[in-house]
Amino acid sequence: MKGQGRLAAWGVGLAVLVALPFVYRDPYHLHILVLILIWSFAYTSWSMMGRFGLVSLGHGGFMGIGAYVTALLWNHLGLSPWIGIPVSMIAAGALALIVGYPCFRFRITGHYFVLVTLALSGIVLQVITATRDYTGGSLGYTPNRASGNKLLALQFDDKTTWYLIALAVWLFGIVVWHWVDRSMARYALEAISEDEDAAAAAGVNVTAEKLKITLLSALMTALAGAIYCQYQMFITPDTVSGIAVSLQMVFAAIVGGLFVSLGPTFGAIITILLAESLRIGFGTKAVGWDNLVYGVLLVVFIIFLPKGILGSVLDRLKPQRKVPRAHEQEAVQIARPGA
Amino acid sequence: MGMQAFLDIFDIYLLEAVINGILLGGVLALLALGLNLIFGVIDVTWICYAELVMIGMYAMYFMVQYYGVGYFIAAPFTILLVAALGALLHYLVIAPLLTAPPINQLLATGGVLFVLQSFATVAFGIDFRNLGIRLPVLAFGDMNFSYARLLSFLAALVGMVAVYLFMTRTFTGTAIRAIAQDRQIMALMGVDTKRIYLITSALGGALAGLAACLLVLQYDVHPFVGLSFGPITFLICVLGGLGNFIGGFIASFLFAEIISLGGLFSDLEWGYVLAFAFFIVMMFIRPAGLLARRR
Repeated sequence: MKGQGRLAAWGVGLAVLVALPFVYRDPYHLHILVLILIWSFAYTSWSMMGRFGLVSLGHGGFMGIGAYVTALLWNHLGLSPWIGIPVSMIAAGALALIVGYPCFRFRITGHYFVLVTLALSGIVLQVITATRDYTGGSLGYTPNRASGNKLLALQFDDKTTWYLIALAVWLFGIVVWHWVDRSMARYALEAISEDEDAAAAAGVNVTAEKLKITLLSALMTALAGAIYCQYQMFITPDTVSGIAVSLQMVFAAIVGGLFVSLGPTFGAIITILLAESLRIGFGTKAVGWDNLVYGVLLVVFIIFLPKGILGSVLDRLKPQRKVPRAHEQEAVQIARPGA
Repeated sequence: MGMQAFLDIFDIYLLEAVINGILLGGVLALLALGLNLIFGVIDVTWICYAELVMIGMYAMYFMVQYYGVGYFIAAPFTILLVAALGALLHYLVIAPLLTAPPINQLLATGGVLFVLQSFATVAFGIDFRNLGIRLPVLAFGDMNFSYARLLSFLAALVGMVAVYLFMTRTFTGTAIRAIAQDRQIMALMGVDTKRIYLITSALGGALAGLAACLLVLQYDVHPFVGLSFGPITFLICVLGGLGNFIGGFIASFLFAEIISLGGLFSDLEWGYVLAFAFFIVMMFIRPAGLLARRR
C-alpha cells in the first residue's frame, strides 16, 4: 500500500512536470528549470559515489570531458553528438578507471582519494586550457550551428524540447539511483564504507565494487556535461570543469541531502535559485557573490546540518525509523588509510 | 657539424631547465611543508591552502604597489596576516569539526576555498595584477636564471630550516611533534592540545604567507591563481606520503624537475600534465608514498 502510494505520487508528479511546458511557456523560467534539471542530474551522478564515502573532487574533470569531447568531435570531425556523446562518456569512463584502479587496488582512501581526484579535475582544466588552439582555452568554446538536420546535431531552438530532454535525462538519473539503491552493490558498498577489511573478509570484492560505482558515476557525469554543452551552446573550462565545479557538486549534494534520491535535486534547486536571485538582485555586481554565499553555506551546513536539508526534514518526519546505519549518522564515513 | 652545435645548445638548455627545476622545487617544498605540517599534527587537509597563498599575494600587491611599502617591510606583515588567517581558519572551521569524520573537515575547507576565491573576486576584481618589480636576470656562462627564482629558493630553504629548528629546539616544537605521534596521550600528559593546534595552524599559515611573498615576485596575482599551484601541491603531498616531511621535500623536487623539463619541450601546462601522468604511474609502484615500506 505504502509502496503503491509512493508510486502514485511519483506518477502524478511526473505527469505535472511533463505537462508543465505546454501550459506555462515563460522562456526565462523554462530556462531555469532546464538548468536545474541538468545540474540535478550531474549532482545525482556525483552522489551515487558520494553516499558511499567515495568523495570525489574529480567530477569536474568528467563533466569537462563530456562537454569538450562532444563539442570538439562535432566541430572538427563533424561527428554527430549522437556518436560524440557516447565517445565522450567512454573517454571519461576510461579516465575514471585509470585513476580509480590504483586508488582502489592499493586502498587509497580518505584524504588521499580526495586529493588525487582533486588533482584530476585540476589537470583536466589545465589540459583544456593548454590545448587552446583547439578548445579556445579559457575564452570558451562554441559548437558550430547545425546547417542541416537539427535532430542529428542535437541542437534545438525551443525551450520546450530542451525541457523535455532534460527531464528525461534527470528521470534517468533518479531511476539509476533507485536501481543502485535496491541492488546488492549498495549493501556491498555500504559495508565497504564502514569497514573495508571486514567487507573484504565477508567476501566483497572491494576493488571491483568501487570501480563499478565510480565508472557509472563518471559516465553519467560526462553525459551531464555533454547535455549542458548542447543546451547552452557555449562552454568554458571554468563552467564545466575544474575544482570549482567539483566542489559545487559536493556542495549541492550535501545541502540537499546525500542519502535520499531527491536530495541532490533539492540541492540544485536551492543553489540555482540562490545564484539567479543574487544575479537579478545585484546585476553584474553579483559576480563572485553567489560563490561567496555558497562557500559560507557549505561550511555552515557541514558543521551544523551534515545530512542536508531534505535528509534532515525526512528524518524529522519519521523519527520511529530503524536505527540509522553508522555511515548515515555522519555525512560520510571513511576508512582510514592503513586502519 | 650542425648536429653537434644542436647538441651543445640542447645541453645548455637542459642544464638550465634542470637548475630552474631545482629553484622551482624550493617554493613547492615550502608549500608542501605547510600542508604536511597541518596534516601531520591536526590530521586535516586544508583544501584552501593555495587560496591562503593567494590572499597573501594580494596583501603583498596592495602594500607594495598601492601603499608604497618596501618589499622587505611588507613581507613580514604578509606572513603575520596569513598566519592569523590560518589560526582563524582553525578556530572557526576546523575546531568545531575535530570530532567529525575527516572528510567533513576537508569539505569544509573546500567551502573556505569558495569563500576566499569569491571574496577576492568581489573585493579585487578578476584583473591580473603584479608587483611591477623587475628583478635582474643572472647569467652564468650561457645560462640565464631569474633572480626572483634564486631568491625564492634561498628564502624557501631558510624558511624550512627555521621550521626544522623550531620543531627540534623549542618546547612548543617538541610538543607539536609529540602530538603528531599520538593525539590522545599528549592531552593526558598535560599538553594543551587546543593551543598546540592553534599554533600549528598559525605556523602553516605563516609558511603559506612566506610562499606568497616569494610567488608574487614571479607570478601575477588573480583570484584563481591558487588553482595553478594548489593541485600540484596536493599531488606532491600524496606522493611524498601525507604528513611525511622528508617525502614531501623529495617529491617537490621530483615534480619541479618534471614540470621544468616538460616545459622545455612544450608549454608549462603540459609540464603539469606530465607531472600528473608520472603521479598516476607512481601510484601503481608506490601507492603509500615515496618513502613508505612496501606492504
